[in-house]
Amino acid sequence: MLTKKIKTRLLFLISIVFITVFFLIFIYFNLKQNILYFKTPSEIFMNNQIERNSMIRVGGMVKKDSILQNNDEIRFILTDYERELIVVYSGTVPNLFSEDQGAVVEGILNDKKYLIADRILAKHDENYMPPQMKKILKENAK
Amino acid sequence: MEFFSFGNIIVYIDKFIKFINSIFFVILIIGISFALIISPVDYLQGDSVRIMYVHVPSAWIGLSIFSLIAVSTMLNFIFKIKNLFLFVKSLAPIGLLFTCLSIVTGSLWGKPTWGTWWAWDARLTSMLVLMLFYVLFILSLKYFKNNENLTKILSFLSILGIINIPIIKYSVEWWSTLHQPASIKFLGTSSIHSSMLIPLFLMLLVLLLYCALIFLMKYKTEIIKIKKRNIKRL
Repeated sequence: MLTKKIKTRLLFLISIVFITVFFLIFIYFNLKQNILYFKTPSEIFMNNQIERNSMIRVGGMVKKDSILQNNDEIRFILTDYERELIVVYSGTVPNLFSEDQGAVVEGILNDKKYLIADRILAKHDENYMPPQMKKILKENAK
Repeated sequence: MEFFSFGNIIVYIDKFIKFINSIFFVILIIGISFALIISPVDYLQGDSVRIMYVHVPSAWIGLSIFSLIAVSTMLNFIFKIKNLFLFVKSLAPIGLLFTCLSIVTGSLWGKPTWGTWWAWDARLTSMLVLMLFYVLFILSLKYFKNNENLTKILSFLSILGIINIPIIKYSVEWWSTLHQPASIKFLGTSSIHSSMLIPLFLMLLVLLLYCALIFLMKYKTEIIKIKKRNIKRL
């Protein structure tokens, strides 16, 4: 079944596959940092050169009982359960933004612990269930 | 091999199209009523979770059709099977349609939940790359129609494109993305409640049947085109 022509074409194809995989791995290791959509508060803490006046995205959980709302300003703590970051934002927040939910904030870092946000995105997890089910789960947790 | 001759296969395609036509609307109505009325709302997202019933199946179909056409193109390149070329030619536009559908519904879903239509995170960007590969694939099918290097170009595109498929699948695990991790895994339990899984798989069945219908129609047209050309030559 494998005539000589088929064999050469097969070899040709396999060699192209290997070359492209090699190149992609090379590209991947060079771009690794840029692919990340956001950094965590601990990564910001570890990083010693904070880029002032440049946009940065930080993701984490909104700490429970930390949301303070004024007339035109909202202030909350973003945490990854190791380090915390205070976020100040003026504007409307997405519907799903609430305590104990994930959020990604985009803004300018003022200090290692203080971020002035330009945009807030809500992040949700992969669990989907009806409200009754959630109630039962909550009661069981107690 | 007699069975696969073009004359025979057209009869079977017609029978198959009639069969799908007879059951399609019943399943469509069942699937839509499950997805829009019977299934419960989500505890967090409310009614907007219903977008999932179109978004997730169409993304799956987009990914699997690309894998299919990439593998068939490479097999066609090695073994020169004419039928596989027709198969690829009629399947590619359907894959593009469903990839676009998943991107559009995803963007409609992203606005009420995340608060943005689009974000350049790994999952969304790799899905956009898949769409571009589909576009390149279909454009080269159209423009290099009479070029003898067509299969070489197509195999090259499919090698590059098929590497993107696992990247799409695992992008949400490898990198931090705005998109949430996969709810349904090959192994292990899914994190979607069973009352929402039923409409999801019903809608998958509906969309798969729709794919099959369009594919068979296009495949039949391609066969008829070839027969017509042969008749002219006689």
